[in-house]
Amino acid sequence: MEPVEELATKEYKWGFVTDIESETIAKGLNEDVVRLISSKKNEPTWLLDWRLNAFRQWQKLKEPKWPNVTYPPIDYQACSYYSAPKQNVKKGSMDEIDPELVKTYEKLGIPLDEQKRLSNVAVDAVFDSVSVATTAKDYLEKLGIIFCSFSEAVQKHPDLIRKYLGSVVPSNDNFFASLNSAVFSDGSFCWIPKGVKCPMELSTYFRINAADTGQFERTLIVAEEGAIVSYLEGCTAPKRDTNQLHAAVVELVAQKDANIKYSTVQNWYPGDKEGKGGIYNFVTKRGRCAGANSKISWTQVETGSAITWKYPSVILQGDNSVGEFYSVAVVNNRQQADTGTKMIHVGKNTRSTIVSKGISAGKGQNTYRGQVKVVKKATGARNYTQCDSLLIGDRCGAHTFPYIEVQNSSARVEHEASTSKISEDQIFYCKQRGVSTENAINMIVNGFCKEVFRELPMEFAVEAQKLLGVSLDGSVG
Amino acid sequence: MLEIKELHASVAKKEILKGLSLSVKAGEVHAIMGPNGSGKSTLAQVLAGHPSYTVTGGTVSYFGKDLLEMSPEDRAKEGIFLAFQYPVEIPGVSNSYFLRAGYNEIRKHRGEPELDVMDFNKLLKERSKVLHIDDSLLNRPVNEGFSGGEKKRNEIFQLAVLEPRLAILDETDSGLDIDALRTVSDGVNKLRSKDRAFIVVTHYQRLLNYIVPDFVHVLSAGKIVKSGGKELALELEKRGYDWVKEPVAAGAAL
Repeated sequence: MEPVEELATKEYKWGFVTDIESETIAKGLNEDVVRLISSKKNEPTWLLDWRLNAFRQWQKLKEPKWPNVTYPPIDYQACSYYSAPKQNVKKGSMDEIDPELVKTYEKLGIPLDEQKRLSNVAVDAVFDSVSVATTAKDYLEKLGIIFCSFSEAVQKHPDLIRKYLGSVVPSNDNFFASLNSAVFSDGSFCWIPKGVKCPMELSTYFRINAADTGQFERTLIVAEEGAIVSYLEGCTAPKRDTNQLHAAVVELVAQKDANIKYSTVQNWYPGDKEGKGGIYNFVTKRGRCAGANSKISWTQVETGSAITWKYPSVILQGDNSVGEFYSVAVVNNRQQADTGTKMIHVGKNTRSTIVSKGISAGKGQNTYRGQVKVVKKATGARNYTQCDSLLIGDRCGAHTFPYIEVQNSSARVEHEASTSKISEDQIFYCKQRGVSTENAINMIVNGFCKEVFRELPMEFAVEAQKLLGVSLDGSVG
Repeated sequence: MLEIKELHASVAKKEILKGLSLSVKAGEVHAIMGPNGSGKSTLAQVLAGHPSYTVTGGTVSYFGKDLLEMSPEDRAKEGIFLAFQYPVEIPGVSNSYFLRAGYNEIRKHRGEPELDVMDFNKLLKERSKVLHIDDSLLNRPVNEGFSGGEKKRNEIFQLAVLEPRLAILDETDSGLDIDALRTVSDGVNKLRSKDRAFIVVTHYQRLLNYIVPDFVHVLSAGKIVKSGGKELALELEKRGYDWVKEPVAAGAAL
């Protein structure tokens, strides 16, 4: 069959650089750097100790070699671990934020101005290593909801941070999580009190701007008994020739009857056509359904990054708790993704659903890696996994590595997998009805991802569909 | 509207059409008949612009324009519609969404405003009523899990919505039982008009009892070897294809 014709490549439109004076610490990583970051944030001693402990553990850990991705060795001494725009310490009022920053976020479609902000979304804007603004804070405060930058939470709510930090992802969990624990700079903290349903979407927008720096943020979301929250995460970075490291940690805790929905649209700069530049996205995301009847749902749309290494997981500890993972991962050109989830069934009658849609185009390599584990006492556990791959062109690859470990005989675990290819005939059929190749591919891909997109909040779903269109441009050959 | 002259076309380097000529005017219905492998479907695909088929000679003019220079989507926008012999499945994309995408592309091309979801759904409802098509079909993914009959009916439904100037039906009757055949033919008959031409490709005369053509052409070894009125189809039914094939075999030897 003839190859589908090549499309024109659209630019990565979030690739601009903000011209702003930044304070960036010298490259390299050692205990002094960890101390410096901690002192810049004016942290209590226990937190500095926690960081130092993580750093010492990190030195003993080895970078994981098992993911199905290849990249040259990373020189961890060649990157700077802290970069912040020079401005006065974060202020409550928008008037005091550097207008360049406000402009940057506006350009990204995230108005920070309280007057202009999206009506139903509260945003924490993280720029390189620091949070520069958080909107709708006062309104949320009246409901008892805490939504602020991680640094602020350390100062204002040290007890909550001390209680939950590292409670889901311990500081020695893995190489990248340990690195993050040692040098994490900022991120978001959300705490929803007992019985409160958060009335708006909470979101964090991560932006890497500075060159040769890593971004190491931490997000911690705690939903107390019966609380409900939906959280969104978005990210972009300028186009640069060098690779940049992004190693985040996200921890979620859902107490009894609580419900956390976490959605990500990941759009880090993926590198150019030849694979030059782009973000290394090595992220640890995990939630703990701590209480009975709690629920944690991950939805991710991964279109960016040169390399993605990420497994948003759920530990189903409480009886009758529910874990979900809905994922669309797109690789184009020379992008590589090794992503999936872990569902660890501990409590009785726990249920999990995994729907993974991998799309490979260009010379991209897409790997689904998932683990379903049912421990001995998890009577009545159920899992359903559906794992579909779509190939565009014949130079890309799709790989699936499901690990299933069941120790309880009453468990029911299902796994379905499929691989398909956008066929010349499907495209021709669309064209014969007047639809261009580009729109035909968009339509077919969106149809393929439908089950995941319908899990996204409305506004996000529209964004995600558009994003998919841009990501796949020039992919067909 | 359509003038095909000495058309040669091949697929996978094998020549299938070997100098086919045909002229179609608005309002006419032309039936193309012929034995398996004679090039009927190739003609349909070439007119629609399928990339697997290569035109190696001849010309096709459509409303005075060089059709062969046009992309498949431009041909569609200019009013050429192919009802596929094997309609393709597009999982996850609803029929109505798919049709609206095509419909609006065509309208845009004509310089008309696009229809929004509400107005378009109204139009779909109307058309489905006229054609006696169950409107639950509209919300199902394009052809996914459709029976053979449903797929063919869906093609005719699309035809009714997109309102082409030239509709090509590629063995729309194959695999249909008598009831489905009747629904499909009724649909086509309702869509006949003085501005619209049909090329009906079929292997069997049966369909032509329902869709009565103005002209019947017999295709053999890539050429039209006999043309006539609707009676020709009946004669073919009686005598088979062999009696028209002979002169071509002789011609091919030249």
